[in-house]
Amino acid sequence: MIELDALSVSFRGGRAAGDVHAVRDVSLRIAAGESYGIVGESGSGKSTVLRALSGLNRNWRGVMKIDGVPQLPVRPRAFHKSVQMVFQDPYGSLHPRHTVHRILAEPAAIHKLDGIDRRVERVLQSVGLPAAFRYRFPHQLSGGQRQRVAIARALILEPRVLLLDEPTSALDVSVQAEILNLLTALRAELNLTYLLVSHNLAVVAHMCDRIAVMQSGKFIEEMPVAQLRAGHSVEPYTTELLRAAQGYAPTTMEAVT
Amino acid sequence: MSAQLQRGSTLHGWLTTAEPASQWQASLGDSYVRALFLLRNPLAMCGLVIVLGLLAVAAFAPAIATQDPNAQDLASRLLAPSAAHWFGTDEFGRDMFSRVVYGSRVTLLTITCVVTIIGPFGLVVGVVAGYLGGWADTLLMRMTDIFLALPRLILALALVAALKPGIQNAIIAIILTSWSPYARVARAEAITLRGSEFIDAARLSGASAARIIFSHILPLCVPSVIVRGTLDMAGVILIAAGLGFLGMGAQPPAPEWGTMIAQGRVFILEQWWVATMPGLAICVVSLGFNLLGDGLRDVLDPKNR
Amino acid sequence: MNPYDMSARNLLEVDDLRVRFHTPQGVVNAVRGIGFTVGREKVGIVGESGSGKTLTGRSVLRILPHHAEMTAARLRFDGIDLLRASSQAMQRVRGRRISMVMQDPKFSLNPTMTAGRQIAETAILHEKLSKSIARDKVLSMLESVRIRDPRRVFDAYPHELSGGMGQRVMIAMMLITEPDLLIADEPTSALDVAVQNQVLEIIDELVSRRHMGLLFISHDLNLVGSFCDRVLVMYGGQIVETLAGDRLQQASHPYTRGLLAAMPRVDRPSAVLPVLRRDPAWLSLQRPDAGAR
Repeated sequence: MIELDALSVSFRGGRAAGDVHAVRDVSLRIAAGESYGIVGESGSGKSTVLRALSGLNRNWRGVMKIDGVPQLPVRPRAFHKSVQMVFQDPYGSLHPRHTVHRILAEPAAIHKLDGIDRRVERVLQSVGLPAAFRYRFPHQLSGGQRQRVAIARALILEPRVLLLDEPTSALDVSVQAEILNLLTALRAELNLTYLLVSHNLAVVAHMCDRIAVMQSGKFIEEMPVAQLRAGHSVEPYTTELLRAAQGYAPTTMEAVT
Repeated sequence: MSAQLQRGSTLHGWLTTAEPASQWQASLGDSYVRALFLLRNPLAMCGLVIVLGLLAVAAFAPAIATQDPNAQDLASRLLAPSAAHWFGTDEFGRDMFSRVVYGSRVTLLTITCVVTIIGPFGLVVGVVAGYLGGWADTLLMRMTDIFLALPRLILALALVAALKPGIQNAIIAIILTSWSPYARVARAEAITLRGSEFIDAARLSGASAARIIFSHILPLCVPSVIVRGTLDMAGVILIAAGLGFLGMGAQPPAPEWGTMIAQGRVFILEQWWVATMPGLAICVVSLGFNLLGDGLRDVLDPKNR
Repeated sequence: MNPYDMSARNLLEVDDLRVRFHTPQGVVNAVRGIGFTVGREKVGIVGESGSGKTLTGRSVLRILPHHAEMTAARLRFDGIDLLRASSQAMQRVRGRRISMVMQDPKFSLNPTMTAGRQIAETAILHEKLSKSIARDKVLSMLESVRIRDPRRVFDAYPHELSGGMGQRVMIAMMLITEPDLLIADEPTSALDVAVQNQVLEIIDELVSRRHMGLLFISHDLNLVGSFCDRVLVMYGGQIVETLAGDRLQQASHPYTRGLLAAMPRVDRPSAVLPVLRRDPAWLSLQRPDAGAR
């Protein structure tokens, strides 16, 4: 479903820094209906991969195919009907002055779909939001509710692929569980393909079938989730991430610059 | 008033419900809540009262003014304020109170013309420049810079030298020299907003640049332009008065506050009311707009939600 | 039986702390009568957003927003009554006897001053040291937070430092006056996981070496359980459970158990995460209001 070959993304650096290579030579294959996770720290480039895939970032080189179709940096409008994205910040990803209805109806209106009211009702139901919330503004919703609206917006065009950028990192643990369960259920019900990116190893392990570990723009290691759970990692960075997911553990002392 | 605002009242309840049933109800309710917020600010209320007062005085000038503002009575020239002439009379025996009252119309006309043009125009220029960036930004901002560099009074003098002195040309001069800051303010906001995730989301929905600019970004930039506008009102009034003072604005015998101050300054020491009354009117109206503008900023600032 | 140990060995004693906000919509009770003690040990306060944990930390130092109203039956630090202390007395306490490290060094360090100067300023302010003595003290402090090149960091501006480095500078700044109690509010939440452990080690080492008390506030239950000696779980402005850090898995309160169960775990696959069912009974006051306003 998603194929990346030698994807590289650079930003023009400031002053004497030169170009910043945010993503270097990343390749992956995700089958239709699969859930694939990329785990890495901030600055590892994982969000940049998503932005390049979604069409938000156009400064990439390499081969990108979605459903077998090679993609160019500039996407046609119809592309957005098949690939959608859910953002990290539930407070920032909804327009503060638009009601829920307007936020959800807009993509449908842009693509000239019919029966918009019916679609909005249906998608609200599928993300578990009561119809009474339809004309609320984002500031009248909780973080979890806003994230549900963000998911609903991604789903209203009936995409096949969902790109998830740290979808629960800004949420409390209890709300996170609800959203993760919702995402799991939606994937089964709508046969979606997920590419989920997070710094939280436990979340990625829970949601995904296969996982790639990313550091400094490169894929360090890739493995099925069972292997990760068993702790069979080859790379020391992965081992460190696994250990850190357990909590605090004092190690030997060493100074750092 | 407070009785109508009790929770039990249907209208208040309808507007503040947590579950609006339509877009219309949601938008009205939101504006209502903000208006309530404004009402709680005593200084802003003062400002609002003054501004509404200006509107009322201008609208009902014939009813409020006690006499014809242009009726000269040389026998009653330069009389001090009294029961017959509340603000005294000027050097032609015209009733000062009536002149100040009718002067409000000229002031209101000036403000309205200026604001309805510079606000929207500056907003659109700024938002388009800020969102699109690149050559559009450079082009629009250099144009803005050119107008920003023009000094108001000098331009007004130049215009009236070319055309004839009058309130219309004064208004044109003010418009040409006042719109630039609005473009700058709107541009700064647009630049901040264009990196927002909800704009990214709109792009991912397939929204065109025009839709993003006018549906998403522009509405969010309106509050700062409104606030800037109300605070600018005082400046516009003073510029118009200044132009009038220099003889470039409304021409005598038209009652315009600045012109009246100019004519009255000769008598300032002994017949202080001729210059002071219109001066006070300018002060009060400017203060009113400032207070209202401050209050609006508190209400419209999204950080206060 | 007094459930709160008020022995003199305790650095901090809090009893019936309440924080209220007066809003146009009514009174919001953010912290509703909590009590706890902190000795020369690591105590963690865990809660989700809105639980009142950050306000609790700020109440100790009395740095609440001015529309917040704080009351307590008892708020004592090492014999000093913090409730009735004058603002001069509080200034002598803040930064000198009790220090606070906050979440993001990007926002808590002054971007216009070099790191060294900021740390030195704290030392000079509280101890009236000369500049050169302060500089030496700062350099040795930077070494103790495991910065290999203290001189370079001394002259660096905050934006030139990485997140982990900035947080170390923050810790150095807060500990240079050798306070007795450190309050850390999500000190590692903005840091990468790899760096988190290092920063926590530094805090651990300094706190134990100097026999300090530590009040560690976080939303991360696992982290607090593994780092702290004692854990206080907050929900709805109250402390719903107190337990030892290493006994976290044996928690008895349904909220704590619910939180533990709702967290995904690498070593424990589950198709569906158990969703926390909030029981309104958890919000009922555990200590009824005596003489409420």
